Amino acid sequence: MVRGLADTIIALASGAGRAGIAVIRVSGSRSEDVLRRLTGPAGVSRETLPPRRATVRALKDAGDGFIDEAIVLWMPGPASYTGEDSVELHVHGGPAVVDAVLQAALATGFCRIAEPGEFTRRAFESGRMDLTQAEAIGDLIDAETEGQRRQAGRLYQGEAARVFEAWRGLLLTAMAALEASIDFPDETDIPGEIDRTALGPIAALVDELEAALGDAGRLSAVREGFRIAILGPPNAGKSSLMNRLAGREAAIVSPIAGTTRDVVEVRLVLAGFPVWVADTAGLREASDAIEAEGVRRALTRAEEADLRIWVRDGSDVSRETSGGAGLGSARPGDIAVFNKADLLAAAPARPESDDVFVVSAKTGAGFERLEQRLIQLVRERLDGDEAPLVTRARHRELVQEALAAIKRALEGARRAVGAELVAEDLRLAARALGRITGAIDAEDLLDRIFSQFCVGK
Amino acid sequence: MTPPTDRFDVIVIGGGHAGTEAAAAAARFGARTALVTHKLATIGEMSCNPAIGGLGKGHLVREVDALDGVMGRAADRGGIQFRMLNRSKGPAVRGPRTQADRGLYRAAVQAILGEYDNLTLIEDGVEDLIIDNARVAGVIGQSGRVWRAGAVVVTTGTFLKGLIHIGEKRIPAGRVGEAPAIGLSDRLYRLGLRMGRLKTGTPARLRASSIDWSGIEMQAADAEPIPFSFLNDRIDVPQIACGITWTSAEVHAVIGDNLHRSAVYSGAIAGRGPRYCPSIEDKVKRFADRDKHQVFLEPEGLPGSENGDTIYPNGISTSLPEEVQEAFIRKIAGLEKVEIKRFGYAIEYDYVDPRELSPDLAVKRLPGLFLAGQINGTTGYEEAAGQGLVAGLNAARFAAGNDPYILDRSRAYIGVMIDDLVTRGVSEPYRMFTSRAEYRLTLRADNADQRLTEEGVAAGVVGRHRRQMFHVKRSSIAAARDRLKALTLTPNEARGHGIMINLDGKRRTAFDMLAYNGVDFARLRGLWPELGDVTPQVAEQMEIEAAYAGYLDRQEADIVAFRKDEDMRLPADLDYSVIGGLSNEARDKLSTVRPATLGQAARIEGMTPGAITAVLGHLRRGARKADKVGEKAAQG
Repeated sequence: MVRGLADTIIALASGAGRAGIAVIRVSGSRSEDVLRRLTGPAGVSRETLPPRRATVRALKDAGDGFIDEAIVLWMPGPASYTGEDSVELHVHGGPAVVDAVLQAALATGFCRIAEPGEFTRRAFESGRMDLTQAEAIGDLIDAETEGQRRQAGRLYQGEAARVFEAWRGLLLTAMAALEASIDFPDETDIPGEIDRTALGPIAALVDELEAALGDAGRLSAVREGFRIAILGPPNAGKSSLMNRLAGREAAIVSPIAGTTRDVVEVRLVLAGFPVWVADTAGLREASDAIEAEGVRRALTRAEEADLRIWVRDGSDVSRETSGGAGLGSARPGDIAVFNKADLLAAAPARPESDDVFVVSAKTGAGFERLEQRLIQLVRERLDGDEAPLVTRARHRELVQEALAAIKRALEGARRAVGAELVAEDLRLAARALGRITGAIDAEDLLDRIFSQFCVGK
Repeated sequence: MTPPTDRFDVIVIGGGHAGTEAAAAAARFGARTALVTHKLATIGEMSCNPAIGGLGKGHLVREVDALDGVMGRAADRGGIQFRMLNRSKGPAVRGPRTQADRGLYRAAVQAILGEYDNLTLIEDGVEDLIIDNARVAGVIGQSGRVWRAGAVVVTTGTFLKGLIHIGEKRIPAGRVGEAPAIGLSDRLYRLGLRMGRLKTGTPARLRASSIDWSGIEMQAADAEPIPFSFLNDRIDVPQIACGITWTSAEVHAVIGDNLHRSAVYSGAIAGRGPRYCPSIEDKVKRFADRDKHQVFLEPEGLPGSENGDTIYPNGISTSLPEEVQEAFIRKIAGLEKVEIKRFGYAIEYDYVDPRELSPDLAVKRLPGLFLAGQINGTTGYEEAAGQGLVAGLNAARFAAGNDPYILDRSRAYIGVMIDDLVTRGVSEPYRMFTSRAEYRLTLRADNADQRLTEEGVAAGVVGRHRRQMFHVKRSSIAAARDRLKALTLTPNEARGHGIMINLDGKRRTAFDMLAYNGVDFARLRGLWPELGDVTPQVAEQMEIEAAYAGYLDRQEADIVAFRKDEDMRLPADLDYSVIGGLSNEARDKLSTVRPATLGQAARIEGMTPGAITAVLGHLRRGARKADKVGEKAAQG
């Protein structure tokens, strides 16, 4: 469909279903016409409907039939969310009301139903926000936990974009020195060889990019959820442990070893962050193909998890070391849980510590301390004060590309290759960073050269 | 009375560096061509500094030469101080340059133009264009004569409303002593083309024999001058040296005391000057912490020749009053008793906003009219020559009913320059730099012929002699490359010859070996004596290809991505007002430039990625609709 006549879009902006108020949004050059049709002869004019002011209007259908009384917001572009002429209709939130308003609007022939994400896409297209901000809007809408909201909010405010731009600025400054030495070699205040002081800030940039990439795991965990895998030999009570953590019967529990064949996941919120807890098949030499596949999946999940909880049957000392040999191994930072404390006659054989817990999934004993520890761990690993930077795979790939190019440039300078080769790698690095938010420009470079050096013979 | 008339395919107005290349290119294409200029004797004149080439500029000369143009061949016949700039740096950023004897250069240009049988040189001013049916149909001379043509190329440099400033004096003129072309500029104004005003300057000219050379540092020419033209393998012109002297705090004091009398600082000049070629008063004011600036003393001719006693002092262009010029110049070391032959001046002139042009340098709103050179806001002989060639060729193609020939940014510096001009316009006189070319490692001065000559043949602008010479060179390069890739050795064998490489058991080719530090072609000849018959030019190509190998591969990937956006053509009549989501600013810019491709659209200054997404989305929706229409038509 060619935009033009049908370039105006409409959609329900608030949640579906019954509610006190529903908000319908219209954007595009015919927004005003849509509004005029819906509100009748009173129409839209500076006097009767001033921009950006809540005004009560009756909405009517083509046959002049009353649909609803609405609060109407008229927001002429470019000072609107999308940058286009926009209208918001706040109607009573019943599905039939919403449907009637949409039908009446579509009947004008001036608009069509928006595609998913189209309002934000238009905001991006009209330059109201850069790419990282548009992405952050999506995150903000999807945010379910406090941690996710904070991260998306900071992205939306352009914190990440500012950091990327600052990095690119450092690259451009270094490039300006190199380019000046290439294009103006006769000028007396321009260093002839690759100027190490010019590349100094770039070396520091390597650390920053690496730190940002290192932080990428944390940030994507905030976005995607922190992953905990429950692992251990069959019949250690892994499923009971998960059910107790989840507060519901998510996994089937039976005394039969090997009940859990596949990975079962529940979602929790700990310390304001989303957490996925995965119950896995018991780790042992499998007796059939299905169990073998379950064990394989358990090990994969263990590999991907941000935290592993190794569960043992604490009542059975003989089984403590059996099973699981060669089937996954604990890493520093993992947690060991000795379950079935209720079956213990005497005091636990193992002393408890920050990483070792004795619990009973059946009675709940020891769970308060375990949960407190999980909350603490999630907070330690996900909470950060630094600006969230690399939250998405797209950003990560481009930052990695920039980092590789910067390292090549520094290595080239160390081996004293030509300035043009060092400059080429810096250009590729700057271009990769520029692609996260916008574009790179040769004119930027010349501006820097001319402001830094007296050139021209 | 009916004025005498004559008919041509292409008429070129102006006999400067753009005009001569335009006329020659049109003639090589086979067009009946006329070059009309005020004064035939000044064709090929170097009106400012007596040098051809330089960094970035040398690339342009080599590209003009690869397309069989005039400038490289003329420079080889007029060059008196060949120097390869950036010789110590990599091959991609080396810049061939030469001082030129102005008389020899001009004579060479005129001789080369004389070789074209289908080129007529006409001495007359041009008063107006003839326009028939909304397209250009010829020109009317100041003599009243009328010439009709299928296309017209205007290369009038700074002649459009040129105004010279020397201190408080103002003289309407083009170059000193020549009348400006007011009538033609009025015609261009009446077309409604957007125009702007720029300025540039030139230093005083000094009498060589009045300079005290005893204390002046001299800079010699290269021992083995490398010709500009791919057709030449040696330079026969005698080579001379240039002097280098310096300004001083005392010089700066004289200038500083008189800044208010400079045309630039008194507010008399409205046009923007180039930042990279500032006047001496600019340098003194903007870089007050510097106590000296370099001045190159460049002879304008061989000793004993017509211009042999004239020195061009490069670095002190000025618009100060004559007596101040004399005062500050005489404070410069070696110039204490210098005699000034001609004073420096600043010149303001009109230029046409090059965003009025399409990438073939045609004026978008008047078919048949092409513009090249300073009139498009550029500076420099080489920039003018590159545009002249493209405009002349395309004028001839237009007159013959052929598609335009367009060079994009990934193929030539000429393409970079024209794309910059037509996409971004200019805010100061535009000069080429190597840093403007993003594919700099690929677009080298040394391989201009390999990049362009074959496509120049296809475009109809390369003559038979050059084509044959190029084909010989190309096959010897290909043969050498194949041989180097077929010769191999083990790490142990290499170590036996003193080349330390990892003992990983992998055989390496002779081509691989060239990429190692300290291994050049001569070294390979030691390993494989049969390589002795490879010519030095071909050997150099092999060394460069090998040294840049990894970088060139990455750049090639970059170019492929670039071409993807370049292949996305935007319809010339695209209505940007119906593309929803575009900001008014983006819409205005797109409507002004009317980019030919999506890639060009993205390069418009201030264009956001969002706006490009909107244009792309619009095109895709249009394409889907067109498909559906096509399907229906097929079914019907």
